[in-house]
Amino acid sequence: MTIQAAEIPQTTKSRSMALPSARRLLLWTGLAVLLAWVLVPIYFVALGAFGGRLGVFRWPKTIWPADLSLAAMTQFLSIEGVFNALVNSLIAAGLTVLFSVLLGAPAGYALARYSFRGQNAYRLLVLLTRAFPLAILALPLTVSFIRLGLYDTPFGVSLIHTVLALPFAALVTQSLFMGIPREYEEAAWVFGCTRFQAFMKVVLPLALPGLAATAIFAFVISWNEVFAASILTVRERTLTAYLLRILAESPLHYRFAGGFILIIPSMLFIFAVRRYLFAVWGIASK
Amino acid sequence: MADIVIDRVVKEFGTFRALQEVSLTVNDGEFVALLGPSGCGKTTLLRIIAGLETQTSGRIVIGGQDVSNLAPRKRGLAMVFQNYAVFPHMTVFENVAFGLRMQKAQQTEVKRKVERAAALLHIESYLDRYPAKLSGGQRQRVAVARALAVEPAVLLMDEPLSNLDALLRLEMRTELKAVLREAGTTTIYVTHDQTEAMGLADRIAVMYGGKIDQIGSPLEIYATPATRFVGGFIGSPPMNFIKVQCSQGTARIGDAALPCPATSKDIELGLRGEDASLSPDGSGIPFDIRVVEPMGSHLLLTGSIDGQSARIVAPPIAKVNAGQRVGLTVDPTRVTWIDSITGRAIA
Repeated sequence: MTIQAAEIPQTTKSRSMALPSARRLLLWTGLAVLLAWVLVPIYFVALGAFGGRLGVFRWPKTIWPADLSLAAMTQFLSIEGVFNALVNSLIAAGLTVLFSVLLGAPAGYALARYSFRGQNAYRLLVLLTRAFPLAILALPLTVSFIRLGLYDTPFGVSLIHTVLALPFAALVTQSLFMGIPREYEEAAWVFGCTRFQAFMKVVLPLALPGLAATAIFAFVISWNEVFAASILTVRERTLTAYLLRILAESPLHYRFAGGFILIIPSMLFIFAVRRYLFAVWGIASK
Repeated sequence: MADIVIDRVVKEFGTFRALQEVSLTVNDGEFVALLGPSGCGKTTLLRIIAGLETQTSGRIVIGGQDVSNLAPRKRGLAMVFQNYAVFPHMTVFENVAFGLRMQKAQQTEVKRKVERAAALLHIESYLDRYPAKLSGGQRQRVAVARALAVEPAVLLMDEPLSNLDALLRLEMRTELKAVLREAGTTTIYVTHDQTEAMGLADRIAVMYGGKIDQIGSPLEIYATPATRFVGGFIGSPPMNFIKVQCSQGTARIGDAALPCPATSKDIELGLRGEDASLSPDGSGIPFDIRVVEPMGSHLLLTGSIDGQSARIVAPPIAKVNAGQRVGLTVDPTRVTWIDSITGRAIA
């Protein structure tokens, strides 16, 4: 989530050219503050992660790292269970992506293309799944997960994460499919496609960037989620849940290393798909 | 090649009746335009023929086969959409080849037919480009080429020129006519632009309020409108309608007398602006000129006949002024008599 703010200057640059100088100054000041707000903490986390044991405690802080070392990082990665948790996180996030796209995209398509009785109620209902705090659901869920044999599995965690990601997936894909003119599909039908062929040959290629963005969001939601993951697992923790437990009792520079590792995937993913995100939100990225 | 029979097709959207028992036969190789104002049901009818919309009742028969309940792909037709619907993720070549590929045609045949369609529409030079790099007119050509490449029995066009600017529209219209005549495809063409319909079509079906008011050649429709709507919709300026009293087969307006059908008392004189001429001595139907607009090729006179507003076309050199009263002579064979109550022409 953090990088979105950092992307704003590029997109608003062209518009700001037209503004009078005083307003431009104000704009750039605001942007600088926002940028600092997001980037400075990330920078200090990175500094703590690579600055070594002493660097963490040095005061006053230096802007440039005094003694760069990967020691904290490598030691952290060799802690027992971290690798297993990383694999669990990847499995849970991967399954969340799979489920939310496979369930959310058809729902979004139906919302975009067909008008049916109760459409608005359905749309509201989709959002309503987010209305119940996870904390309230967690206990009954734990009980039923134990009964179903889903407790303490990445699959079980991914189910909960899918619930969190699904409303987003359905609503974003809805606007995505609405942006693809119906005539494209109709033309495909007229020129010999079945409904399914038309979807695969025409709609899907056009929707792919947006679907990728949806998938990445689902991934990030799952990757970052810690509450449900902590409650629904004991040994097979995801990385966030695992780190939450072990970092509380680790030295400070390990915590920084753990924090940095948690930030990286989200940052990379959002950076990779930023153009599609802007397209989804109707912000031109040129 | 195929003929199309539209047999008592009805379409209802909820309680709204968009089409009321429309019947129309289009002969093999004929070009028929569906002409009407927006909301008259012309596009709905076209979409029902294409199979994109399902009729509430009635039948569509193409080439002797009842296609009423067939999917669009099984109807053997091609369509050009109003916004062209050229697939943005395919090159122009792949767009034109799309229908052929779906028919599982051989690669050599695909290439041959695409190149022929491209040559016909003059798009050979950008076959490898993507539609995003094309202008509206070029995209329109691609859409037509895509439709012609499959050599369809029936070609449906939904206002294909309406998104082009005026100059390009004129150029494309001429070209379209030449291309379609060469292809000899049975064509149904939806438009709200009367000049397009008049210029392109063998026959025009004028639609209004979910019905076909009149079917006929462009000249027939222009000269002998079947209803007040057709007369008012076709032609620029539209036909004038003057309420007159008709007794014993003669209608009197001012000191002029016209023979009229004695069937009804409430009757209207339908008069084309260019079918009236200024009489040299001021006799005939009195016309009070309010505005004179010199249009170059003619003068457009707006005024009133017997207190009812009318537009008359006069030669560009006519000596007339606003506020003047002139006399009009009318050829009785060139007027249309309309029943005021039904709005239909009296034969």
